[in-house]
Amino acid sequence: MRKTCFGLLLVLTLLGALSACGGASEESAAPTSSAARPADRLILATTTSTYDSGLLDYILPTFEAQSGITVDVVAVGTGQALAMGANGDADVVLVHARAREEQFVAEGHGTQRYDVMYNDFVIVGAPSDPAGIQGLESATEAFGRIAETEAPFVSRGDDSGTHIKERAIWEAAGLNPDEFGDWYIAAGQGMGAVLTMANELGAYTLSDRATYLARRADAQSEALTLEILVEGDPILFNPYGVIPVNPQKHPGVNAEGAQKFVDWLTGLEAQELIAGFQRYGQTLFVPDSAAWHEAHPEGAAEASDAPNPTQAP
Amino acid sequence: MEITLRSLHVTLVALLVSTLIGVPLGAWLALGRVPLRRLALALIYTGMGLPPVVVGLFVYILFSRSGPFGSLAWLFSLRAMIVAQTILALPMVAGITMSSIQSVDPALRPQLRALGATRWQVVRTIAVEARFGILLGVMAGFGAIISEVGAVMLVGGNIEGRTRVLTTAIVLETRRGHFALALALGAILLSLSFLTNSLIMLGQGGGRWRR
Repeated sequence: MRKTCFGLLLVLTLLGALSACGGASEESAAPTSSAARPADRLILATTTSTYDSGLLDYILPTFEAQSGITVDVVAVGTGQALAMGANGDADVVLVHARAREEQFVAEGHGTQRYDVMYNDFVIVGAPSDPAGIQGLESATEAFGRIAETEAPFVSRGDDSGTHIKERAIWEAAGLNPDEFGDWYIAAGQGMGAVLTMANELGAYTLSDRATYLARRADAQSEALTLEILVEGDPILFNPYGVIPVNPQKHPGVNAEGAQKFVDWLTGLEAQELIAGFQRYGQTLFVPDSAAWHEAHPEGAAEASDAPNPTQAP
Repeated sequence: MEITLRSLHVTLVALLVSTLIGVPLGAWLALGRVPLRRLALALIYTGMGLPPVVVGLFVYILFSRSGPFGSLAWLFSLRAMIVAQTILALPMVAGITMSSIQSVDPALRPQLRALGATRWQVVRTIAVEARFGILLGVMAGFGAIISEVGAVMLVGGNIEGRTRVLTTAIVLETRRGHFALALALGAILLSLSFLTNSLIMLGQGGGRWRR
């Protein structure tokens, strides 16, 4: 009779204790009373493009080894990452929506915005290209043709940096996505999921080059048949900025660690790492910090004209 | 492996807390004199259908630095995940405990009383009678939260080595297009659930599958 209940409790406790051993290390690190986060942990709110492409996994171990600071990466959309910073839930944000970033600093949530790197957006679609946009030089013209033919288009629809860019292009084309019909699919998901959707639906979408290439070239991934149809238009330029969260607004943030991280990320060593980060023979991000430009004065001028990371040195 | 243990850790701690609170709560709702009983029932039943992502949002706001418990710095830690999952599992455990206790023969109470049982003995005997139902409640709670992704993603942040559990890892790998790996993680999750439920069933059957 009572054996049953006892047995159940025993199983629960045993399993709980067993798993507690595995989880104990991260529990002990969490502070209980102090308002400040520990100095050796840093919460980095960033976009799915920097994380899903594998860049952060590639560069962060170097920073962690040098500084003794563990970086906890929370990969969300740019909108959510900035909101995390504005709530003081992150110590530093690494995002890609310049106007929003400047607004974030202007509102006092961040101390300063620093250039980190860039790549570019590309318009991808099925090889059959129903709207006939392949090879167009103007992204706005391409978007105009897609809207005209009402060929399916998958939008991120999640207030991410890519989504913000996409809306800017529609606007430049004199169109309003809110008035579009069923062919315009607002997915509300991350870049990887949207690429998969567009692939399944034979639809167009706007993607950052890094995530597209990482997905396209990754042998473990589900094969993408989507191809780059439009690239190289200056409107497709995609700069990334890093901003420490303002400790005056949020006294609990790890401001010292955040500044250390920003100094390291914009410093030459990290910039070299970013330049050397390749996946399947392709460079995904081009370094763009002040320190980098100082060390490589000739690369800077050329890069701002043609944001094409695949051809960068 | 580490991710699997973390999944178990979060879910079992949350389940333990839910059981310790939920079973007595369910018993009290079924047997005690509860003021506004109908309202309490409505709340419990609503709680059984709580959307995990709403609970996640609620817990996020509670533990956000600009929220009421921000100074604890629990956001993006296992603790916040455990809190969210406890909120999700508690109504299941309490609700199913309550209905299974209620379904015990109502004539049992006066009989026990007549036999001179104390109040505590009555409650205990009825709970033992309803043990399968209570067990079902606990298992339902387990099933709901081990497979839950919305809340733990939001309040845990899916941080590698810290708050990444099976379900959030599946979301990440799917996003990265690693469908095979995501599927493998899904298989681990399923077997985990099966294993745990089997252990409970075996414990209940006294070590045999047949009964």
